[in-house]
Amino acid sequence: MHKKTIVELAAGLKAREFSSVELTGHFLERIERLDGNINAFITTTAEQALAEAAAADEKLKAGDAGPLTGIPIVQKDIFCTQGVKTSCGSRMLDNFISPYDATVVTKLKQAGVVTLGKANMDEFAMGSSNETSFYGNVHNPWDRERVPGGSSGGSAAAVAARMAAAATGTDTGGSIRQPAALCGITGLKPTYGRISRFGMIAFASSLDQAGPMTASAEDAALMLQAMAGFDPRDSTSADHPVPDYSATLGDSLAGLKIGLPKEYFEEGLDEGVRSSIEAALEVYKGFGAEVVEISLPNSAMAVPTYYVVAPAECSSNLSRFDGARFGYRCEDPKDLEDLYKRSRGEGFGAEVKRRIMIGTYALSAGYYDAYYLKAQKTRHLISDDFKQAFQQVDVIMGPATPAPAFKLGEKTDDPVTMYLNDIYTIAANLAGLPGLSMPVQPVNGLPVGLQLIGNYFAEAKLLNVAHKFQQETGWHRLIPEGLD
Amino acid sequence: MQWETVIGLEIHTQLASKSKIFSGASIAYGAEPNSQACIVDLGFPGVLPVLNEAAVDMALMFGLAVDAQIGSRSVFARKNYFYPDLPKGYQISQFELPIVGRGSLTVDLEDGQQKEIGITRAHLEEDAGKSLHEDFHGMSGIDLNRAGTPLLEIVSEPDMRSIKEAVAYARKIHQLVVYLGICDGNMQEGSFRVDANLSMRPKGQQEFGTRTELKNINSFRFLERAMNFERERQIDLLESGKAVVQETRLYDADRDETRSMRSKEEANDYRYFPDPDLLPVEITEQRLAQAKERMPELPDQKKARFASDYQLSDVDATLLTQSRPQADYYEQVVATGADPKIAANWVTVELAGALNKAGLELSDSPVSAEHLGGLLKRIADSTISGKLAKQVFEAIWQGEGDADTVIEAKGLKQITDTGQIESIIDEIIAANPKQVEQFQAGKDKLLGFFVGQVMKQTQGKANPGQVNQILLKKLKG
Repeated sequence: MHKKTIVELAAGLKAREFSSVELTGHFLERIERLDGNINAFITTTAEQALAEAAAADEKLKAGDAGPLTGIPIVQKDIFCTQGVKTSCGSRMLDNFISPYDATVVTKLKQAGVVTLGKANMDEFAMGSSNETSFYGNVHNPWDRERVPGGSSGGSAAAVAARMAAAATGTDTGGSIRQPAALCGITGLKPTYGRISRFGMIAFASSLDQAGPMTASAEDAALMLQAMAGFDPRDSTSADHPVPDYSATLGDSLAGLKIGLPKEYFEEGLDEGVRSSIEAALEVYKGFGAEVVEISLPNSAMAVPTYYVVAPAECSSNLSRFDGARFGYRCEDPKDLEDLYKRSRGEGFGAEVKRRIMIGTYALSAGYYDAYYLKAQKTRHLISDDFKQAFQQVDVIMGPATPAPAFKLGEKTDDPVTMYLNDIYTIAANLAGLPGLSMPVQPVNGLPVGLQLIGNYFAEAKLLNVAHKFQQETGWHRLIPEGLD
Repeated sequence: MQWETVIGLEIHTQLASKSKIFSGASIAYGAEPNSQACIVDLGFPGVLPVLNEAAVDMALMFGLAVDAQIGSRSVFARKNYFYPDLPKGYQISQFELPIVGRGSLTVDLEDGQQKEIGITRAHLEEDAGKSLHEDFHGMSGIDLNRAGTPLLEIVSEPDMRSIKEAVAYARKIHQLVVYLGICDGNMQEGSFRVDANLSMRPKGQQEFGTRTELKNINSFRFLERAMNFERERQIDLLESGKAVVQETRLYDADRDETRSMRSKEEANDYRYFPDPDLLPVEITEQRLAQAKERMPELPDQKKARFASDYQLSDVDATLLTQSRPQADYYEQVVATGADPKIAANWVTVELAGALNKAGLELSDSPVSAEHLGGLLKRIADSTISGKLAKQVFEAIWQGEGDADTVIEAKGLKQITDTGQIESIIDEIIAANPKQVEQFQAGKDKLLGFFVGQVMKQTQGKANPGQVNQILLKKLKG
């Protein structure tokens, strides 16, 4: 059962080949058996999941089921889940039981999903390897010595190891697409504002966006359908119609104009990844698509811009974690300053502290203009590059990461090298554009991700372009050895 | 040396919306601690602010009232600092692009002069909660009911040159926001809070001296006292050759002094930046036009209209328009057909005095505008004398009915029948031959005696004019 996509599982549930309780039990058994070596879950909610599955079975029986009814998924532990620990991968929130559900959680519950638990992640979504989690590393299911990527590393590993049919993730600079690429699954970061951020613990508010992480583009369409839409509780959510994402999956790609940014194929790109991407482009040419070289001249500024904007916002967003109302509080604070210093000093990990300090510095009097304001300007330039590009092409393609998954511990001592792992994904966040990563031909047994970037609200087009490829090639069907 | 005082005020007005500026929680005053704080106000992980548009409209009304520049775009910014009653670790405020830009307000001074005070800006922001330092076994308690209450902070230019000017300006802003219906003006409950920036300089000097900021002032009286104390303190320092330190000082009303709270060096770097959780507010022409339509007549306009329409003195027009309820009450009295000048006198003297004595607000007045109008009508048509009118007023106040009912019940109707008055006077002349003789011998003062006798006989109901006239005629023979 675990090898099936959501679409196939939904068909099986409807045909009564198996019940949601059986399916949920199967996934829970896999988590029990496999997760000790992967560590994708921070929390499992078996009892609750089985209750939800039983309720789903009732709906299925009554013929009142949607495409996600009874499908077991995992929520990234950044989404607030009522009555369930919501840690955000941090010691700071190790004791935090959320009193409310995030909008994404509510919407998926309404769609009938079964929640197996909460996925491991980099602390407060700050990281590209899932090594900053308070709950320990996540191991890449394709090679336990390697990272799954981050920050949605637990989500990606859970889906790749088939411990859940799908997962939610969040993407601030690549946190859906990069782990999707390193774990060989499909991950979609929608247009900024497409999915509500209410109840999603903020890292960098102007960049954060939730999205689905699935085994296929077809599954991503179903998940996105449930997650997307305007939310009056999020002023930055888009009041923009939500199309039927599944309806256009099979549309012809004849005449599709694909842009290849020359800046994404320069030095620093792994040769194996390059040839996998080139092979994928041949498949598209076979569909009648046209491939043209384009330029995104300000690409080199994306990473530095991001590492001003994101830390600046995070330095403010994380101020609420002060030991006063919820979360970690140090033992016996002697006064207010001691409470703040020790609660935050002990509750946050090193990477989070590093970014808070960078951000605090960038916003300081006398430095604001040189850093934050300048970063806002370069952010505009980066957006303008894409605007120009989308006048010529329908979709942009390139690598999702410079190389396949790296080894655990390989980059932890060098933050800048770690940050450069997001070099191809960050620009889409800065511009607010949708991006998708899907598996193409692996290199030395390790997954490689092809990234698609679309124009604003062009999620349906990205899913269509990805789905056609997946129908043709089947790379997304690969499951790591020993886990099938 | 001659010193000149330079003052600028920052006034926080709590907007009279139903709910908080970024959440749906109520802002009613005096509820159980933390009973009016939802997860948004508590700054829980994952929550987001949603702007209360009513607060924006109220700010726009203020902007229009002070003839301010209002940009097409306004931006919320985060003011970052740590404090336990600030749940998110930042206050959502405005920095660049406040909702209300440069404006001005004309203030009437005691000497009858007017002065225009510049308003630098007015911006929207959320209030913080309260820290409670008593009764928690050595710990501090936090009440977040107030957190997220909408505030409009009105910042003046350092245009005021005396404490009296500053108080007049503060009072005028108070009058304005209450008139506009955007603030209840209650200073005790903190709905209207004034911070004063005060500095001294030798008269004639161009540059400003070093200023201090005075906080914790919750009445106009304390505002005046705090500034007086601070003025003397700064002069003492300067005259003894010491420097004023730029700092924030708390006013202690019990001791009537100001105390240092924090110096400039200890001040926070607030690291303002645009709040990414909130979109810029677009102020369209249409929205401004709607705000204009909602604008009530402002105090100055009303005062001018009262002076010209009702032929009132400047003093009466000013007094009557001091508050909107009083002005409305007055106009209701006039609408019953009462003489505007007499009505002005009754509203500002008799009614105001009675209310003051009873400690009541006009809205709680036992005498309605209609009742007062009815009373004035009976004075005008000579049904009762002016003297008895006060008695009737008292009875209406006590709930004994309208003027006609009271006059009827108490038999207070004035005697205007000449024949009746003549016969009473005849009796009195006949009964007091000695006094008549003295009067006729030139003791004019005795006229009062005769009037008194007539009034005594008629229980004050005889028309005084007629009594005088007939008495003189008969006595002088």
